[in-house]
Amino acid sequence: MTGLRLPSGGLVDRNTTLNFKFDGKAFTGHRGDTLASALIANGVNLMGRSFKYHRPRGVISAGASEPNALVELREGGRKEPNTRATMVELYEGLNAKSQNRWPSLNFDIGAVNSLASSIFVAGFYYKTFMWPKSFWEKIYEPIIRKAAGLGTASREADPDTYEKSYAHCDLLVVGSGPSGLMAALTAARSGARVILADEGSALGGSLLFENEEIAGQSGFEWSQIVIAELASMPNVTLMPRATIFGWFDGNIFGALERVNDHVAVPAPFEPRQRYWRIHAKRAVLATGAEERPLVFGGNDVPGVMLASAMRHYANRYAAAAGKSVTIFTNNDSAARTAQDMKSHGVHVETIIDTRKGGRILDVKGGKGVAAVTTSGHNIPCDAVAMSGGWSPIVNLMCHQGAQPIWNESIAGFVPPDVGAQFVAVGSAAGHMRLSECLADGARAGTMKDKTPEIPKCRDEAFAIQPFWWVKESIGKAFIDYQNDATAKDLPLAAREGYGHVELAKRYTTTGMATDQGKLGNVNAIAILAEASGKTIAEMGTTTFRPFYSPVSFGAFAGPFTGHHFQPTRKTPLHDWAVEHGAVFVETGLWMRSSWFPKEGEDWLASASREVCATRSGVGLCDVTTLGKIDIQGKDAGAFLDRLYCNTFSTLNIGKARYGLMLREDGIVFDDGTTSRLAEDHYLMTTTTANAARVMSHIEFCHQALWPELDVQYVSVTEQWAQMAIAGPKSRATLQKIVDDLVLNDETVPYLAAKEITVLGGITARLFRISFSGEHAYELAVPADYGNAVARAIMQAGSEFGIVPYGVEALSIMRIEKGHVAGGELNGTTTAADLGLGKMMSTKKDYIGRMMATREGLVDPQRQCVVGIKPVDHSMKIRSGGHLLRQGDKPSMAADQGYICSVAFSPMLNMWLGLALLSNGRARHGEIVKVFDGLRGHHYLAEICDPIHFDPENRRLHA
Amino acid sequence: MLIPCPHCGNRPVEEFTFLGDASIVRPQSNDPSSMPQWHAYVYERENPRGDFSEYAQHSGGCRAWLVVNRNTNTHKVNGAVTATAFRQKVKP
Repeated sequence: MTGLRLPSGGLVDRNTTLNFKFDGKAFTGHRGDTLASALIANGVNLMGRSFKYHRPRGVISAGASEPNALVELREGGRKEPNTRATMVELYEGLNAKSQNRWPSLNFDIGAVNSLASSIFVAGFYYKTFMWPKSFWEKIYEPIIRKAAGLGTASREADPDTYEKSYAHCDLLVVGSGPSGLMAALTAARSGARVILADEGSALGGSLLFENEEIAGQSGFEWSQIVIAELASMPNVTLMPRATIFGWFDGNIFGALERVNDHVAVPAPFEPRQRYWRIHAKRAVLATGAEERPLVFGGNDVPGVMLASAMRHYANRYAAAAGKSVTIFTNNDSAARTAQDMKSHGVHVETIIDTRKGGRILDVKGGKGVAAVTTSGHNIPCDAVAMSGGWSPIVNLMCHQGAQPIWNESIAGFVPPDVGAQFVAVGSAAGHMRLSECLADGARAGTMKDKTPEIPKCRDEAFAIQPFWWVKESIGKAFIDYQNDATAKDLPLAAREGYGHVELAKRYTTTGMATDQGKLGNVNAIAILAEASGKTIAEMGTTTFRPFYSPVSFGAFAGPFTGHHFQPTRKTPLHDWAVEHGAVFVETGLWMRSSWFPKEGEDWLASASREVCATRSGVGLCDVTTLGKIDIQGKDAGAFLDRLYCNTFSTLNIGKARYGLMLREDGIVFDDGTTSRLAEDHYLMTTTTANAARVMSHIEFCHQALWPELDVQYVSVTEQWAQMAIAGPKSRATLQKIVDDLVLNDETVPYLAAKEITVLGGITARLFRISFSGEHAYELAVPADYGNAVARAIMQAGSEFGIVPYGVEALSIMRIEKGHVAGGELNGTTTAADLGLGKMMSTKKDYIGRMMATREGLVDPQRQCVVGIKPVDHSMKIRSGGHLLRQGDKPSMAADQGYICSVAFSPMLNMWLGLALLSNGRARHGEIVKVFDGLRGHHYLAEICDPIHFDPENRRLHA
Repeated sequence: MLIPCPHCGNRPVEEFTFLGDASIVRPQSNDPSSMPQWHAYVYERENPRGDFSEYAQHSGGCRAWLVVNRNTNTHKVNGAVTATAFRQKVKP
């Protein structure tokens, strides 16, 4: 092929010269060019290599369906693989590389695959790489991936931003050709809110390149007048460069707007792409029709392209695909190409029409067309235009499961009737004449009963006689260019039992990859139907799914990347913790103070020091993240009785009680202390992890199960700052900040819950509860007072050596004390497994009561919580290790349980943990083998009571 | 997909959390003989084609638990009522 820039015509701006590079070589083009048109104008016809055979390939189409001219665009973090050169607008400095070739596009070693093509037939992956099985992962797959890959993604972060946006309209028009413009104009003139979206860089659709006559003007001139009128109307939104990629429930459409893909770098504060969700009362499918290739030998040689693409390049971009072209067609529309190319001074060698018995058997030339072979002789030419008919672009209308319908008269699938909310018009509906397009559009755009004006136009006849495959082809005849599927592959699939259209797709890979069969599928279906002895209508299509064309991950993510992915929750004591040098850990959305290192301390040294200081004096820990739910109402106690397995209606006012919640299937759901502040007022606490889930559960239980109960509830987690003050000096410390209250075992006994004031009038709630096993309190103050109160406590405790402690120290102390937490409340354990079976009331109904009595859940052999410590006290243990009897070999059958939680206990100066062990309570003292296959670590450990430290709870009541 | 929340009006489906079949009713007996009903309540679910009432919480809105009636075949949403109103109609 010897493509060239025509001396005149086209919509490119010849006054601007844009420099660009393709495979490192410098070229120039004009504003208005695509990368594909600029390459053609520069005489470059080789743009890629095919997937399987690495055959040289050029551009086939001029739009979104392009299967061959896929390039890697840009470099570094902006690199984008598999972009279609036909959709890439040229800009100054554009840098593109061809893909799927090695070492170079011109000389590709992979092309030897062509010589071995007899093994690359349909199903070759399945046939060739079957055995030995062990070869698959290590040998076959890496080789296939290396040889066959499309482009490669960048490993750098994308420096650009992406947006998400919402839009609402009375009418969404998808496509801005004659039908779409007419629909938009008619609706807009009646005052409707209209969105007109088109995937092209300019609105106008086929009118940008077809020679038409509308209302006494050229089709292009008419389109510009209509677009100008639409642009002037406040009720119209024009969206060029926006692909409607999917139709979803509720007449919602997804769109990708390529806001700044046509520049090298977006302007500051502008996104590269915008992801739209469009709610449309009604929508119009005006996407037009896609021309199909013909299937004949050598139909993939660079320089063979769709007839419409050839005139598109010539008319719109002033880029001629060659100097001498041959046209091969089965329908009337290719005559336009002959006419247009002639008018540009390009020699049209001949028109070969299948309807008159014409056939092309082969195309001569490797990297560019030299001649076509018909029966008997060669016709020299440097480009071939082919037209196998037209396929309405039905995709969107089939996204919710409806199947397109085969239409014999146009030899194409037309959209199904999906109701008035979404209608197809013009050639998208299979109406191939311009007058039909305009009339369709006007009708679909009519919002009221008014009859719209329809401009007069010149019509051209359209007739087609289906022709699917030149069976006498000499060279390879391709159906699906992107997957290198040939006309022989589909009959082979049918013979081998994969004749169903969905099976044939998978077996031959026809219709896969980035173009999703936009060009090849109808040819494939027709050939498969013939081979299977069915009609095309019986064969049907594969399933159309979103997305119509590829959407980048960046657009899906939008602005929600890095720390913008989800909100960050800071507790009211965050500033206080920062002042003390806290290291924070993300738990869910929360930032929790994890440990408070001093100079030179690692986490373990810091946490150990915090434990020792707390157990010997006093420590302060931020426990705000525990869920807090305020529950009020006449039936609050009765409601809690149904939520918890133990009883709360009997709880005295001013007291707290540990509660255990089950799921309805009898497994433990959550735990926490709940206090009774008044006759009809409780305050529930939940674990940090389950706070939201428990709230939702409470709402469900009341509204869906027991709406008759008089109860109200609200989350107050954010409203109260809560801190644990633990250690033998906790009472003395607190005494210094509370107002008018002498703290002792009478005024604030163990498990008291009291509303008090601190620091001269600050409302506070004081609970005498302990997770650490020490004499301890939790103090809650309104969130805004959190930092001030924490600072005051630190000052009050300074004479006792008070320390701030984090969740690491908290966790060490709870493991020392055998208190269960997330590691044990892990969705597999019952109350009895946790050693809390006695809490389960038998006097009332509650969530989980019945199912907890099932045989399997009360089996004495169930794994239950035990303490565990290494026989060698100097050894470190880790959670996750499985427990075996000493003589047993590791196996699922021999498995006795596993270690849930571990900590280094500074009090006992050794590692210890909690484990789940089959029938564990009867096995205290037993030596088991710990099998840690993941880390290759095996050792002996002793099973013991879970309470490792202060088993008599003397410190708690001190 | 839009859900007509009785409190908030039409809201996008992403604001809702679904729980499943709303037609099942929690058994009231704690007698061991009622175990089959409890088993059915906890585990057995129909997967009907057509109109289906399912629990949904407007978790990103008013937080009310609703019962949404939706056609599982066409995804058409037929309506939504509060779970409380629904429960008062469908007594155990």
